[in-house]
Amino acid sequence: MNLKDIIEKLNLQVLTAKDTLETEVSWGYTSDLLSDVIANSKEGNLWITLQTHQNIIAVAKLKDLAGIILVNNRMPEEETLKKAEQEKVPLMTTKDSAFNISGKLFQLIGNKG
Amino acid sequence: MLKTMKADLHIHTCLSPCADLSMSPKAIAEQAKIKEIDILGICDHNSAENVPALIKAAQKYEISILPGLEITSQEEVHILALFDQLEPAFELQNLIYDNLPGENDEEAFGMQVVVNEEGEVLRFNKKLLIGASSLTVDEVVEAIHSFKGLAIAAHIDREGFSLVGQLGFIPPDLNLDALEYSSLTSPEEVKEKFHPVLPLTCSSDSHFIEDIGKGTTSFLILEPTTEEIKKAFLNQEGRKIIN
Repeated sequence: MNLKDIIEKLNLQVLTAKDTLETEVSWGYTSDLLSDVIANSKEGNLWITLQTHQNIIAVAKLKDLAGIILVNNRMPEEETLKKAEQEKVPLMTTKDSAFNISGKLFQLIGNKG
Repeated sequence: MLKTMKADLHIHTCLSPCADLSMSPKAIAEQAKIKEIDILGICDHNSAENVPALIKAAQKYEISILPGLEITSQEEVHILALFDQLEPAFELQNLIYDNLPGENDEEAFGMQVVVNEEGEVLRFNKKLLIGASSLTVDEVVEAIHSFKGLAIAAHIDREGFSLVGQLGFIPPDLNLDALEYSSLTSPEEVKEKFHPVLPLTCSSDSHFIEDIGKGTTSFLILEPTTEEIKKAFLNQEGRKIIN
C-alpha cells in the first residue's frame, strides 16, 4: 500500500515532505532505540516511534524508510522538522499510542506480511 | 608543576535507587584510596544531594571530589555533568528537579538515601530519580554548559541509556566535552566502533563498592579541577590524558 493511502486511512497528520508521499510501504517497524532501528528495520518500512531527536531523520534516510510516525501527539524539535524537510523524509504524528497505531497499521497491511 | 592524577569520574552513592546501600561516603572514599584514585566524580541519577557528604568524607583521604549528576534526558540518554563547586551542581539539580516528573517507589526501584559523612541517614529523596527528565539531550548539554560544567556522554559502549544506543549514533552537532566508555571495552575497540571525534574517558559507573576504580582515566594536570581536565581533553598547555 502506498503511504498516501495509509495516511488517509489512519488519519495521520503530515508535518513534512508533503509532496513525497507516493512511496510504497513495505512493512512497519516499531521501536524507540535508534540503534535497534538501524540494525533491524528494512527498506520501505514505516517507522513508529516516540523519539523526536533529529537523529531519527538520519536513520530514516540511512535505512531508506518510507516515513516516520510520531506517537502520542509528540511534536518534533525544530531541527528535526528542518532536517526532515531537507531530506524529504515524511514525518507524521498521531494521537494514538505506539501499540494502537501499530495495531491499526498491521490490520491495514498485515495480509501480506 | 603538572602531575599525574588518576580519576574515576562516574561513581554512584546510596542515593541512586539502583546503587548498593553500602555505597556510603566513607566506604567510597576508603575504597578509592585503596585503588590510588586522586579524583572522584560523584554522579547520582538526576541528583547531587550526597555530594556534600562525599566532600567531607574524602578530606582525610586527600581525594578530590567533583560534584556531579548523571542526567537522564527525554530520549533516555545518560549525560554526566561535572563541576568544581557544589553551587552550580545544585543549581543544575534544581533545574532537573523542575523537569523530572514522578515519585519514587522504593519497592520497585530501591531506596534513595541522603546521608551525612558518617553514613547516617538524613532523609529519603522522594523524586523519581530513576526516571527521565523532560529536557532533550541538547537542552541538557546546554544547561550543563550554562552552569560552566563538563558535559560527558555516559557509557557510550553500553546499549541501555547511552547516546549511541538510544539515538543510533553520536549527533555531530551535540556540544559534548567528552565520551565515557567502560572498562569492558578497550580504547581501540571504542575508536573502531564509534569513530569518535570527541575526547574519550574511561570510568567505572560504580554502583557497588568493589567496582570503584575498575575504569579510570589518568590525567596530566596542574590541579584536580574540571578546567584542567578540559584542557587535558583538548591537549592544551601540556595537559593530557595519559591512559
